[in-house]
Amino acid sequence: MEKNDHIFAYSTLFSVLVALLILTGITVGASFIDMGKFNVWVALGIASVKASLVLMIFMHLKFEGRALILSFLSTVFFLAIMISFTFWDIAFR
Amino acid sequence: MSSHAIDPEKKVEPVKTGESMKTGESMKTDEAGKKMGMWLFLYTEIILFGGLFVLYAVYFSKYTQDFIEGGKELNRVFGVVNTVILLISSFAVAASITAVQKGQRKIALWAIGASLGCGTIFLVNKYFEWGHKIAIGIYPNSERLLDGPDGQNLFFGLYYVITGLHGLHIVIGMTFLAVAFGFVLAGKVTADRFAMLENAGLYWHLVDLIWIFVFPLFYLVI
Amino acid sequence: MEQRSFFETPSPARYKGIGSWLLTTDHKRIGLMYLFAIVFWFLLAVLLGGLIRLELMFPGETIMGAQLYNSAFTLHGVIMIFLFIIPALPAVFGNFFLPMQIGTDDVFFPKLNLLSWYLYMLGGVIAILSLFSDGFPDTGWTFYVPFSISTNTNVSTAVFAAFVLGFASMLTGLNFITTIHRMRHPKMSWMQIPLFTWSLYATSWVQLLATPIVSITLVLVMVERYFNVGLFDPAKGGDPILYQHLFWMYSHPAVYIMILPGMGVISEIIPVFARKSIFGYKAIVVSSMAIAIAGSLVWAHHMYTSGMSDTAVFVFSLLTFVVAIPSAIKVFSWVATLYKGSIEMSPPLFLALCFIYLFSVGGLTGLVVGAAGTDIHVHDTHFVVSHFHFTMFGGTGFAFFAALHYWWPKMFGRMYNFKRAYIASILVTGGFIFHYVPMFILGMQGMPRRYYDYLPQYATGNFLAGFGALFMIIGIFMMMANLMVSLRQERNAPADPWGGVTLEWMTPSPPPLHNFESEPKVLDYPYDFSGVIKKFAKKTKGA
Repeated sequence: MEKNDHIFAYSTLFSVLVALLILTGITVGASFIDMGKFNVWVALGIASVKASLVLMIFMHLKFEGRALILSFLSTVFFLAIMISFTFWDIAFR
Repeated sequence: MSSHAIDPEKKVEPVKTGESMKTGESMKTDEAGKKMGMWLFLYTEIILFGGLFVLYAVYFSKYTQDFIEGGKELNRVFGVVNTVILLISSFAVAASITAVQKGQRKIALWAIGASLGCGTIFLVNKYFEWGHKIAIGIYPNSERLLDGPDGQNLFFGLYYVITGLHGLHIVIGMTFLAVAFGFVLAGKVTADRFAMLENAGLYWHLVDLIWIFVFPLFYLVI
Repeated sequence: MEQRSFFETPSPARYKGIGSWLLTTDHKRIGLMYLFAIVFWFLLAVLLGGLIRLELMFPGETIMGAQLYNSAFTLHGVIMIFLFIIPALPAVFGNFFLPMQIGTDDVFFPKLNLLSWYLYMLGGVIAILSLFSDGFPDTGWTFYVPFSISTNTNVSTAVFAAFVLGFASMLTGLNFITTIHRMRHPKMSWMQIPLFTWSLYATSWVQLLATPIVSITLVLVMVERYFNVGLFDPAKGGDPILYQHLFWMYSHPAVYIMILPGMGVISEIIPVFARKSIFGYKAIVVSSMAIAIAGSLVWAHHMYTSGMSDTAVFVFSLLTFVVAIPSAIKVFSWVATLYKGSIEMSPPLFLALCFIYLFSVGGLTGLVVGAAGTDIHVHDTHFVVSHFHFTMFGGTGFAFFAALHYWWPKMFGRMYNFKRAYIASILVTGGFIFHYVPMFILGMQGMPRRYYDYLPQYATGNFLAGFGALFMIIGIFMMMANLMVSLRQERNAPADPWGGVTLEWMTPSPPPLHNFESEPKVLDYPYDFSGVIKKFAKKTKGA
């Protein structure tokens, strides 16, 4: 988290953009294949990869200190708890 | 959000008070701390949308078939175009930070301007998309939704609430970016002090992040 | 050299008079502004609670009818929860003492701090506005659907008020976390942070991560009222129980937002007056964080009778017992600190001891309502009302009183009258017990909550509770009056009246603008009283 003097080259950023666009294409393509229940998981998986790219490179999370990375993960973990624990109720009703 | 250390009044006070803490270190303002504040704020935004994703998860599991039918009702072209627009704008904002770090102010201004443009196009698209939906009788509490299956009512209910809230965040993010644009223009954002622009960028990326999940959940459900 | 206190040095210096308060960025002034606003709301809600008790003192309609009664308990709940208990300790004492305890001169975002105060005041004003027009909501502070969506009272305004207050609380949390991370005294490592600040750190994380859920939930209530989307309406496919899930996802962690800083205050007071290092510093730190985490996993134990699945009842009941462990660790640590200490009685310690007693009763009855089997018997009865008043008022409320008496000389530089403080504390505590213990019994007998009338067999208990309430209210007003009166005398409090060793005692009372006259010396261990004991020994020898 110290002053970050990491400068991403324009080319790095641009290749991330290209990767993101390709992943968008893949997720649209995947939605045409009927995989039943797995469709939504595939879509979410690809979305998570895209999100990680944005976080790591565009948002410079890669270069942040431990405190930020840990707290970010806890936030995501807490969100996961919120959704999954609700299913203790929904799934068994 | 300027730190107290740059308050001119405080410095003239004849205090020996913890001089070593104040001079040196925090005189040049704690950029990393400001960024940390922004990240903490982003967490609250994630959880804010998280509440809606809880509803989505529950209703999706309950009315899977209706959600799929509802998803077919949405125009994928709009969805894809808006996704591409937001990704490009995110890239532009990231590039503007690189530009500021390298001291290339002109490029930075162009990049921020481009992402502001992208945001506008996104909102215009949204306007037409919502307008079309409303025209064919799909809006909260409309007869068509009330007479249709429950699951579709919930699908479109969530669609309006989530994309509406997301649209609001686009507007906030654009305001933030516009202020950053002004700061860069006025020369207040420099290669040593760019937390303001960085924070605006972080917020904008978050709006993009949320869209990355909203897009498949609504436009691509099968 | 005579040091001027922060009362005489406005910051920023260009403002004079009232402007030097309303536009200040000094954390101490903002803390005091919170103090007066919060005490105002507290006393208002206390009086409302008194009126509710008066109505219940005799069977039948005594002073208000059903509709007014519903609005009265809703208003009492909304004010007490959102305007008093949640902000009480962090916003007042956190603002004032967190920067001092970590040896710095302000919070990280001073202007954001001021903004939080304005949001807090705005929320209060909006809550009051909702009283006029269509009448205050009659939903209870929980705003449960479907009633909150269908009732004609002014739910939208009240809900918006709570939304704004949530925002204020979130920003305070954000500010504190950043401050603790970035502005600690360079010589203070994590395991040298005083326990009050540690408890605020844990609280801030809960504020930050839980509050947005209630924000979105309240927004959804407004959306439903204006657009009828039907997300919680079974007729349109929605699920009303999901509202309760979302609501308690915040509101259960919120009770830890309320109690954790209170526990922090007690952890400060006990070692100072026992002249003995706190027992299990690390255990208390870890248990604070454990409460913050575990407290986020148990929200559905408020919903055993709502119709959710039996599996969920089982799982959440089990998890609830886990939360009891870290709370108990703290209680044991406090008691162990007192053991073989050189105890010096004082009003703050007296109130802290009352806290331990009342909070333990509240915690143990929490096991009764936390266990699914027994909860089904007492759910929605006066037992529950009594339980949460024991934890929230007997806990946080008494911690607030204790903190007031502990830090009052530091904040204002004046010592209050001990005798009157003791009498008031005894009145409050005695009244409290007489007020709430009958409610436990009434609850066990089956008297439901939130009714303005009751069957004749509940008359005796309600009558007795009314008396207890009367003593308690007299005691509270006496306590506040005693503190206020002390402001009329000359500044007479020494820098360290109690023999405390955390950094806020290393500076004059009241503190100068930048908190310290010279750089404070951070102790290797934050509760090392050997220096204090030596000083006292010298004093007694000299006499």
